[in-house]
Amino acid sequence: MPKRTDLKKILIIGSGPIVIGQACEFDYSGTQACKALKSEGFKVVLVNSNPATIMTDPELADRTYIEPLTPESVSAIIARERPDALLPTVGGQTGLNVSVELAKSGVLDHYGVEMIGAKLRAVEIAEDRRLFKDAMTEIGLQSARSQIVKNMAEAKECLSAIGLPAIIRPSFTLGGFGGGTAFNTEEYEFIVSRGLDISPVHEVLVEQSLIGWKEFELEVMRDLADNVVIICPIENFDPMGVHTGDSITVAPAQTLSDKEYQQMRDAAIRIIRKVGVETGGSNIQFAVNPENGDLVVIEMNPRVSRSSALASKATGFPIAKIAAKLAVGLALDEIPNDITKKTPASFEPTIDYVVVKIPKWNFEKFKEADPTLGIQMKSVGEVMAIGRTFKEAFLKATRSLEKGKTLTSEKVFPKNLDHFLVTPMPERMAYLHYALCADWPLEEIHRRTKIDPWFLNQLKEIVDMGKRLQEHTRADLPPELLRECKRQGFSDQSIAELLRPAGGNGVSEIQVRQLRREAGIRPVYKRVDTCAAEFESHTPYLYSTYESECEANPTAAKKIMVLGSGPNRIGQGIEFDYCCCHAAFALKEAGYETIMVNCNPETVSTDYDTSDRLYFEPLTFEDVMEIVEVEKPDGVIVQFGGQTPLNLALRLQRAGVPIIGTAPESIDLAEDRKRFGRLLQDLKIPQPQNGTALCPEEAREVAAAIGYPVLVRPSYVLGGRAMSIVYDEASLDDYMRTAVEASPEHPVLIDRFLESAFEYDVDALCDGDQVVIAGVMEHIEEAGIHSGDSTCVLPPVMIDHVLLERMKQYARRLGRELKVVGLMNIQFAIQKETVFVLEVNPRASRTVPYVSKATGIPLAKIAARLMTGEKLRDLGFVEDLRVRHCFVKSPVFPFNKFPGVDTVLGPEMKSTGEVMGVADGFGIAFAKAQLSAGLRLPREGTVFVSVNDRDKPGLLPIAKDLQSLGFRLLATGGTQQFLERNGVQSERVFKAGEGRPNIIDLIKSRKIDLIINTPWGERSRHEGRAIRRAAIQHTIAGITTLSGAAAAANAIRTLRRENFTVQSLQEYHHAEESQRTWLYVKG
Amino acid sequence: MFAGRAFGHPGETAGEVVFNTSMCGYQEILTDPSYAGQIVVMTYPHIGNYGTNEKDEESQRPYAEGFVAREFSSISSNWRSSEELESYLKRHKIVAICGVDTRALVRHIRSLGAMRGVISSVDADPDRLMEKARSARSMLGCDLASWVTCKDPYAIAAPPRDPAEEKFRVIAYDYGIKRNILNNLLRIGCDLLVVPASTSAEEVLSLSPDGVFLSNGPGDPEPLGYAVANIRKLLGRVPVFGICLGHQLMGLAFGGKTYKLKFGHRGGNQPVKNLLTGKVEITAQNHGFAVDPDSLNSNEVACTHMNLNDQTLEGIRHRNLPAFSVQYHPEASPGPHDSHYLFDQFKRLMLKFRKYQCPSEPI
Ligand SMILES: Nc1ncnc2c1ncn2[C@@H]1O[C@H](COP(=O)(O)OP(=O)(O)O)[C@@H](O)[C@H]1O
Ligand SMILES: Nc1ncnc2c1ncn2[C@@H]1O[C@H](COP(=O)(O)OP(=O)(O)O)[C@@H](O)[C@H]1O
Ligand SMILES: [Mg+2]
Ligand SMILES: [Mg+2]
Repeated sequence: MPKRTDLKKILIIGSGPIVIGQACEFDYSGTQACKALKSEGFKVVLVNSNPATIMTDPELADRTYIEPLTPESVSAIIARERPDALLPTVGGQTGLNVSVELAKSGVLDHYGVEMIGAKLRAVEIAEDRRLFKDAMTEIGLQSARSQIVKNMAEAKECLSAIGLPAIIRPSFTLGGFGGGTAFNTEEYEFIVSRGLDISPVHEVLVEQSLIGWKEFELEVMRDLADNVVIICPIENFDPMGVHTGDSITVAPAQTLSDKEYQQMRDAAIRIIRKVGVETGGSNIQFAVNPENGDLVVIEMNPRVSRSSALASKATGFPIAKIAAKLAVGLALDEIPNDITKKTPASFEPTIDYVVVKIPKWNFEKFKEADPTLGIQMKSVGEVMAIGRTFKEAFLKATRSLEKGKTLTSEKVFPKNLDHFLVTPMPERMAYLHYALCADWPLEEIHRRTKIDPWFLNQLKEIVDMGKRLQEHTRADLPPELLRECKRQGFSDQSIAELLRPAGGNGVSEIQVRQLRREAGIRPVYKRVDTCAAEFESHTPYLYSTYESECEANPTAAKKIMVLGSGPNRIGQGIEFDYCCCHAAFALKEAGYETIMVNCNPETVSTDYDTSDRLYFEPLTFEDVMEIVEVEKPDGVIVQFGGQTPLNLALRLQRAGVPIIGTAPESIDLAEDRKRFGRLLQDLKIPQPQNGTALCPEEAREVAAAIGYPVLVRPSYVLGGRAMSIVYDEASLDDYMRTAVEASPEHPVLIDRFLESAFEYDVDALCDGDQVVIAGVMEHIEEAGIHSGDSTCVLPPVMIDHVLLERMKQYARRLGRELKVVGLMNIQFAIQKETVFVLEVNPRASRTVPYVSKATGIPLAKIAARLMTGEKLRDLGFVEDLRVRHCFVKSPVFPFNKFPGVDTVLGPEMKSTGEVMGVADGFGIAFAKAQLSAGLRLPREGTVFVSVNDRDKPGLLPIAKDLQSLGFRLLATGGTQQFLERNGVQSERVFKAGEGRPNIIDLIKSRKIDLIINTPWGERSRHEGRAIRRAAIQHTIAGITTLSGAAAAANAIRTLRRENFTVQSLQEYHHAEESQRTWLYVKG
Repeated sequence: MFAGRAFGHPGETAGEVVFNTSMCGYQEILTDPSYAGQIVVMTYPHIGNYGTNEKDEESQRPYAEGFVAREFSSISSNWRSSEELESYLKRHKIVAICGVDTRALVRHIRSLGAMRGVISSVDADPDRLMEKARSARSMLGCDLASWVTCKDPYAIAAPPRDPAEEKFRVIAYDYGIKRNILNNLLRIGCDLLVVPASTSAEEVLSLSPDGVFLSNGPGDPEPLGYAVANIRKLLGRVPVFGICLGHQLMGLAFGGKTYKLKFGHRGGNQPVKNLLTGKVEITAQNHGFAVDPDSLNSNEVACTHMNLNDQTLEGIRHRNLPAFSVQYHPEASPGPHDSHYLFDQFKRLMLKFRKYQCPSEPI
């Protein structure tokens, strides 16, 4: 079937900000789709609200819109661009939902836009659990028994039919929000009533529980000629009951006989045909009864998914890319397999290794959150590892997680063993390990966890190997045993920990490394080739293992290696992957061979055509060193992958690795409090008073000397232990007790907390002596709210010129002094007239993609060129970059995934993603950003205000402003009286407990359109939390800072004057400028 | 030389070393008579995970000479399993080895072609082993079917079904037939008589069957002159359907030639294009020889299927006579079920022929 010629222009909808359940895997799929369609000669129009994506790079699409992913703004784009077709299947659930709304509301028909890939009907059948279930029944497939329930009576009644435990899913809530598993009637009634309450249509689906069944996923491809292939069967290590996104998953399936697998395959093919997904990747989930093999269909995602990204990386078969080509009419057998070149894409990959994915969670940042894993995804990122055996892949994945400790050194509380085995939680693996070490019989462990005995046995084999190690010291360790351990996937580190200390002193990783090398035990690199070596591979997509033959065959070219950023986590996400990709692109353009090292399957950087060579490996000293010794790169870049590679920088350099860019010494200097403090003094740059303390007493003295409030944090953070603002001695002692536990050997850092100070982020390019300021971002929220969590605007709107110049001066001084080569990020706080430096990061920062999109200059690309020795001047940069128009970046938070967690912001980062709003003025840009972040600012209606005493004076102008805009003001007692006294009329509402109807009631009955509520301090915090939670639940715009409120009022004012207009980046950055961009990027 | 750990039956075995890329279905592979004389290397590293059971036997016993994997599972975990792979191999005296770099071995075979090899847990001397490997029997020119075919004919009646549905009397030549082929023939309503490879065409015709089936089997088709001669006599007199070796014999009977592939096709993911419908089937395959399309008279013989990986011939049918065959395994087991339709095609062919002695299935 030839490619369709009736289509010229195609609209692709992205997935918006990174949120739990929808991360950068959709940047990967969207990027592939853009490239694929362009290469087939189509004009591509792209819309995505997330500036930190590769797909929104102006080069990727013909027209790139960074606009809200709402039906309104997308139809505005359609009206402007008049695309012939819309590809809804590569933008995750968000992209799909918007597309469906546009189709239903008739917008697509009106503008004659065809939905390609999946038609509306197919999407509806797949998405609506009822329709889907009926469809399954029609083709003779089982699905879980279930019943729709509209009230408690019905709920109680259907229990007899469904039985406990039961799965409860509220209808039409975002990402299954409010669902749960009930094991007893009490839980059942609680979850059902909560569900009925949350569901906009007050309806929940009660479903038979299949907890403990084996869970599988199949990635299915179909073309318009109705050819169907399965890309990869994935088996969940954690059985049904734990969301696949929170499960350790394994490719291929391990415990299915061919008879069972083929039955599942047949089912998958029948399903995709029945549902009618025309082309492209779909993901189908099955549950299998381990007792008798009964097969039950869980769901189908009629689009590429997280799992398809995983399957693509696991097999080398680029699902999204092929899906895009199928959508425009090509047939599978007309598309070549990139890796073998000679064979077609119409086949089923077979692999000769094992792939293990392990999720990463961030619960330590949400203390009130329930860490139990269930049917709703809670992880923020994942790692993938490839090994020749499950054990090897599993151990490589485990060390890719960067937990800072190995399985053996995980802390467990034996008395909780049972509980932690029975209840799936992030810690379960540590307890499994403990139980195995304690020689628990597999049956016992299986009975509690329902994890398949085959997997348990694999873990047991790992543990047994560890025990064999423990019998030896470094001196008497037989090389054969060492080799066996390495073959099983043990890291030098864990071997060092396991070996018996000789004469009191333990063994170090380095010593094991030496032993290994003396014995000639080195990894080899094998290729991911989709075909288990049946055909020659032309793509160097490699993984390490301990076998006899190495397939790396490095070239003699001039090459640069880029170290990636590992698993996504709060604070280190897609932005860093963006930078790594840009480094690869820029250096390829500059004629280098590029080598990428990373272990995050969701990313664009781990796409085999992003760099010349891809090593899918853990980012540890050991693994990186081995690659370096095989490849012998001319330079290694550590400053783009966030903290991960930075933490390796010094060790790598000492080991003789040619690190390019800012010297590791400078990086170290910037992170060493004392030395850096001295440097700032020499440079006459102010810094908040600060000190360090080891014990509560010392802390008190330091704090007293500095003066409250102070900001405290551990100097060395394992998994982001809190940093917090302390107002008095009591809370300080309290903090010291918990914090110091976190890492004894490191002191606690104490800073003067700068109250009501403005915060700024500055990104700069530096070539060692010249510094170019790329962007100065003004935070809307005041200092004290993490830079990653505050909305910011570029260029600054409020700052006074003198101070702006001073910040730039300081930045220049610091850049030169630290001899930064590449990118640098500085955070400033301005209190009164003083400019303080909060911190300097001599590396690419979270804001690089945002500034690049705002300036139209690809900062990371230029930085990469600087690291290879080019000078800013040669690249055509002399003066600081300028920004036309107004670019606002807003964070997006995972609060709706964590019931009970307070939404108040602080110095510790909590956001998972960001969006950008662009316009000519601040008001609209801000409103757009808010909208993209999910907060629809009202144009009129009722505002509820309730602020702490510190904020009351500041509230006045805002309240007046809102009132003049015709809003009705509601306030709680204190706030109401204060306004009263200052001549602003407002109506008093009860706090919860003061009487009814109280504010919560009003929110629930949707009588409130905007909430301004700043925390009332620890004491009455729970009160405010109830209000803020209610706001989240009923998606009412809730603002927790005054400056945010002021900005909102400003935005609302503009909104009432003018309407949104949409414009593409290409238009914002006029031709000649992007021309310039091209020139030097191409070099 | 690949050093590894002995598994299964201790001892020594020699044969042609081939690799199979299926990720599961090892028991079906072991018991597929087409592997007689061959040492099978599984490309998937973990073998034995789900154990073994009676239902997955493709014949009475394993036929593979030897078995190689990266890692054999020490336990079996599956409700269908009745015996662990290790004891199964021991019981059937199959010599196996694990812990070797199977990928390196596969790449070796891929670049140099299928070759003879030996596995030993008793002899570790490289030179002697090399000698043994060299002296191992080569597939070329030897009639392996005669080893694996049944000694005496046996009948299997189609399961009771709706009397309205047609039944057929089909004679199946056993060159090393797989159980699931029989099952599929039974599924379409055949009363089967399975006969030894040497059975003469006259005997077959004397039983006036509705159709004749030519089974899969091991090794080189060339030396099976007697089989080819019989097939020639059957062509036109009765509908004939062949699979794998049966297809190669059909090709020879059509006057074509066969040749040895460098390292063959063995796996469950081979894309085959049906040239009549344009559809792609994902097929199970297991063959080291192929029919040369250029050796066939295109006026008489139509090429119906082609392998999309290497454009080799995968299916043929006669333009005027009721006979067709495919190189791959529509019965799968192990492998995808995309090609089951071929059995129904055979059924339609027999129906037509029975009705109006019509020579051939119209395209
Ligand atoms: N009936 C059930 N019993 C037990 N667990 C279930 C059931 N249905 C789903 N799950 C678990 O919940 C997870 C999410 O359910 P799923 O239907 O896939 O929703 P989502 O669209 O969020 O992926 C699944 O991965 C599975 O582990
Ligand atoms: N002395 C201070 N006074 C006020 N706020 C501060 C101070 N130091 C840090 N902060 C706030 O804490 C946030 C995080 O501090 P920072 O040093 O940037 O840590 P990180 O390394 O996590 O970015 C900053 O963005 C700022 O808002
Ligand atoms: Mg799912
Ligand atoms: Mg910071």
